[in-house]
Amino acid sequence: MSVEVRIPTILRTYTGGEKAVEGSGGTLAEVFHDLESRHPGLRERLVDEKGLRRFVNVYLNDEDVRFLGGLETSVADGDNVTVLPAVAGGAR
Amino acid sequence: MLEIDQATYDAIVSHARRDHPDEACGVVAGPAGSDRPERLVPMLNAARSPTFYEFDSHDLLALYREMDDRDEEPVVIYHSHTATEAYPSRTDISLAQEPGAHYVLVSTREPDVTDFRSFRILDGEVTEEEVTVVPALQPTRES
Repeated sequence: MSVEVRIPTILRTYTGGEKAVEGSGGTLAEVFHDLESRHPGLRERLVDEKGLRRFVNVYLNDEDVRFLGGLETSVADGDNVTVLPAVAGGAR
Repeated sequence: MLEIDQATYDAIVSHARRDHPDEACGVVAGPAGSDRPERLVPMLNAARSPTFYEFDSHDLLALYREMDDRDEEPVVIYHSHTATEAYPSRTDISLAQEPGAHYVLVSTREPDVTDFRSFRILDGEVTEEEVTVVPALQPTRES
């Protein structure tokens, strides 16, 4: 399955400045592995040993994938994946 | 330096006061590359907490899609501290992921005074900058 992955400003250093890249795979996990092969270092910004990084939001079309299957979410041809860093902070 | 108009400044302060003691948060969007904070977008703090803020993930997607459609970027990202100073905390610094934004902190810890300060946060480094409040932003010149 081939999907378009939209990349936020802060991660465009891994994509040569491109705001969208193509990825293939049957699940989000596979797509991220595929992206890593062409954009080394990118996957580690999205995923840690527990799964999707807490303050990185990933959407499949219009849904936050945390409400779908997380990294195991299936993707279909022509799907759109959007990555957005969370906007968050705190007093300490 | 952050140049911001009085109406937007007042609206940010009033948002912070209204949500006190929870942290208030939002964005002021402007044309990409312009550094003009033109369009205030107060956001829901999904954490609804006196010590933490986070934009709801679907609100965040809608906001970024809207800015993309309008060829805008987040010129200011603001939030309030309700019991501490208007200075980025360790959490604020580690979660700052918009390298081009002015990070505005407002403190509502005093009932009669609201501190409003602005910072750049790049690669974990905080640099405070001057805030200039103007009656209106200069009109852009089309040449």
